[in-house]
Amino acid sequence: MLPQYFPLFPESASTMSTRVDALYFFILGITIFFTMLVALLILVFATKYRKEKHPVPVQIHGSIPLEIFWTLVPLGIAMVIFAWGAVLFFQEMHPPKSAMDIYGVGKQWMWKFQHPGGQREINNLHVPVGKAVRMTLISQDVLHSFYVPAFRAQMDVIPGRYTTVWFEATKPGTYHLFCNQYCGTKHSGMVGEVTAMSPDDYQEWLRGAGAFGSLATEGQKVFASMGCPTCHTGADNARGPNLYNLYGRMVRTEDNRTALADEGYIRESILNPSAKIVYGYQNIMPTFQGQLNEDEMIQIIEYVKSLTYNGQLLQLQTNTQQEPPVNLNKIQQGIDVTKPGTNQNPVPRTSAVPVQEEAVPATPSTPPGKQNAPKQPRGAAPQAKPNGSQVEQR
Amino acid sequence: MSTATQTSLALEMPSDTYLNSSYGVKSWFLTGDHKRIAVMYIVSISLMFLLGGVFATLVRLELLTPAGDLFQSDTYNKLFTMHGVVMIFGFLVPSIPVTIGNFLIPIMVGARDLAFPKINLASWYIYIIGMIFMLAAIISGGVDTGWTFYTPLSTQYLTTHVMFTAIGILIAGFSSIFTGLNFIVTVHRMRAPGMTWFRLPLFVWSNYAASIIMVLGTPVLAITLILVALERGLHIGIFNPALGGDPVLFQHMFWFYSHPAVYIMILPGFGVISEIIPCFARKRIFGYSAIAFSSIAIAVFGFLVWAHHMFIAGISTYSALIFSFVTFLVAIPSAIKVFNWTATLYKGSIHFDTPMLYALAFIGLFTIGGLTGLFLGAIGVDMHVTATYFVVAHFHYVMVGGMLVAYLAGMHFWWPKMTGRMYPEAPAKLSALIVFIGFNLTFFPQFILGYMGMPRRYHSYPPEFQVLNVLSTAGASVLAVGLLMPMFYMLWSLKYGEIAGNNPYRATGLEWQTTSPPPTHNFHETPIVTQEAYDYESQTEEVEVVG
Ligand code: HEC
Ligand SMILES: [Cu+2]
Ligand SMILES: [Cu+2]
Repeated sequence: MLPQYFPLFPESASTMSTRVDALYFFILGITIFFTMLVALLILVFATKYRKEKHPVPVQIHGSIPLEIFWTLVPLGIAMVIFAWGAVLFFQEMHPPKSAMDIYGVGKQWMWKFQHPGGQREINNLHVPVGKAVRMTLISQDVLHSFYVPAFRAQMDVIPGRYTTVWFEATKPGTYHLFCNQYCGTKHSGMVGEVTAMSPDDYQEWLRGAGAFGSLATEGQKVFASMGCPTCHTGADNARGPNLYNLYGRMVRTEDNRTALADEGYIRESILNPSAKIVYGYQNIMPTFQGQLNEDEMIQIIEYVKSLTYNGQLLQLQTNTQQEPPVNLNKIQQGIDVTKPGTNQNPVPRTSAVPVQEEAVPATPSTPPGKQNAPKQPRGAAPQAKPNGSQVEQR
Repeated sequence: MSTATQTSLALEMPSDTYLNSSYGVKSWFLTGDHKRIAVMYIVSISLMFLLGGVFATLVRLELLTPAGDLFQSDTYNKLFTMHGVVMIFGFLVPSIPVTIGNFLIPIMVGARDLAFPKINLASWYIYIIGMIFMLAAIISGGVDTGWTFYTPLSTQYLTTHVMFTAIGILIAGFSSIFTGLNFIVTVHRMRAPGMTWFRLPLFVWSNYAASIIMVLGTPVLAITLILVALERGLHIGIFNPALGGDPVLFQHMFWFYSHPAVYIMILPGFGVISEIIPCFARKRIFGYSAIAFSSIAIAVFGFLVWAHHMFIAGISTYSALIFSFVTFLVAIPSAIKVFNWTATLYKGSIHFDTPMLYALAFIGLFTIGGLTGLFLGAIGVDMHVTATYFVVAHFHYVMVGGMLVAYLAGMHFWWPKMTGRMYPEAPAKLSALIVFIGFNLTFFPQFILGYMGMPRRYHSYPPEFQVLNVLSTAGASVLAVGLLMPMFYMLWSLKYGEIAGNNPYRATGLEWQTTSPPPTHNFHETPIVTQEAYDYESQTEEVEVVG
């Protein structure tokens, strides 16, 4: 490593960081080359053609071939850099499918992080090495920016909308976390540490971090307490659409457009329901603006994300008297939302139930009006298998 | 150089100049003479520059140590905000156009004045009123939004004098619009007989390009600031999501002006360099039309790249790609200019007077400033370095190493024309050297800091960044010396400088054909132009005769 008090290069601790550095060195090479070229030309001309040595200047108008040459060469180089930078950007913007989710909320002047298992941290972020982590970020007040130089990962944190950034740590250690968007008085105090740990240590840490319940189960409580199940019963004739398998699907809206049901969509559906009306439904959902804080919003989203067929099937097992679990008819009139046929034979597949479903008995009876909600989410984070339930049962 | 030969002829100050045609306060404050207005502007923007410099010094002092120990956080935030606001809106945006441009453009095109002398005077008053608002904000406690005024921080969370500052900038913006308008009309309508577009000096071309941006871009800034005021004052939700607004919209609007604004700042600098290099290489400029058209290309493309300040601000991936692409395109005209300037030196007969030293420094520093923009245009790397000290270093290389150095080059070059007296050569050369060294020492370490991840606008920072920050502060003190020196010797030269004569450098250009300082109406007879702008062939023969 570089000397501790005079480092000249940042630590490189993520899969992306070496790739960013590669382009950096490429552009650096070009920068040095052209700076040297111009400096050298100036020095050579300045000595060779100084007035003492070269009293009579030669008048030259210019040269079209030269102009073309030094237009096209820089253009070519610029296009190479552009393309390389664009490819890199695509990688930076698209997390691998297997990435685990962590949520971050920025506020003047601290960072709050929530792991899917329900563990919470402030100004500290623990992540496993060798596992892609997708951060979903939002601000409670002004703009901030989530910046971990050692991972070469940065993303603005914006009030009112989610942004995401991902990284995969490659070596254990603690790294700076900076707020890199000026946010008022203690902007430079809005710093923290990212601790990358080996997967085992990370599991250990998750167990010790003392969560009360996974984000999804917390979300279920919020969902119930806000009265969402009165409309989102899951029934065919319910006033609100079924939220099963909503996440990640294309939703058809009343004005015949489609929208991807991601975190931002779910958030908007709750805070500004009339922005996009689901096809075949009335614009009757009240706004929940001002009634949910960002933490609760994240929990609800995790809950909605956890509503998958697996969860539904589990529901059937315990709630046999309920009507057909999946009522996608209306939605299916629109665009086909899920794999056809999935809802035809809801055969309980106990073997498919993830480990943490063992925790089901711990979550007691379904409140009236939310019969179709699953008791226990499938867990949005299979990677966090043991922790969610174990921590929860304590 | 030539000064020596000329002084031997025992020059005298001309009897009838714009400076002595009339006396008294009124003759200045109610003047329509573009040259007097330019002088008033020089005094005003120099004061703003000094003020901005004081803020910069305090910022650099605070950053000597990692802990935020010299000032409170709020004070520090105000210091860097006011440094930015004062330097950009008080100095950089007006800088060359309102001073050198104001003085020279009518003379260069062979006119008696700008098209609208009264609007020109009004622009100065408007500028002053804007500055008074800004100063009032500063004196009554300052403002800490950052010069970018990002919402909703500026519209809801801060209790400082945001409104005052915004009004100040809004007002000052109109002075830009007036100046731009005046230049455009003057260049179109008031050229002397024979002064075709392609006989115009490149300084006129580049100011013309900058004027287009001023006229088209500044209104957007005005609208943006009015919207900020509406949201802040009347709680109308425009940018604040809590009121139903969109903070990213603000950034789009802000950068729609503020990115082209960097070209308002740098284009006139290009113009200065394009005048100085041929003069001291005794040679016509290489690739006249390439340089002229590249200025226009910059003005046009400059309007299409604003979102490269926002790659990670929540814009879509595809729009980021398009903006990155156009950003790389806009880099090309600047490269073309650098190559043409360098090629002008080839087979010249190079004199190293102070303006030339500054101009050569400009080429070097601007090259670095421009090339480091490639890192920021490449989105993949920008995600890492955006908003770090890398960006700070990059734009100071362009704005200080480029624009300020060009301004100094131009002020030295045309000082004899403006005042009738030469600046003292020895201290001036020394100052150029000190500025060059101090500048690099100040800002080069910031590139390294930036890539290491030091965020900008940080009052305190982790200890491993200290060594480079100390170097930077040390450089800033050297730079300060280099920048203060001209203030003194220039003032000194007003009284004691050698008398310059009409054309001390034997330069081409109409401004050198009239007296120094010029008479109120610039020319005793309307000039008739018969040759190109950089006809150094004829001038060289004269050297032969004298030498
Ligand atoms: C008064 C009945 C009602 C209540 C209460 C209600 N919703 Fe809705 N919700 C609807 C209706 C109707 C729609 C479809 C029309 C629309 O998009 O606005 C909908 C749509 C949605 C959607 C988009 C679904 C899709 O398929 O695209 C989500 C997500 C959602 N609601 C979540 C919630 C949550 C979370 C709550 C509780 C905080 C809630 N809703 C409370 C009626 C309701
Ligand atoms: Cu912040
Ligand atoms: Cu911050």
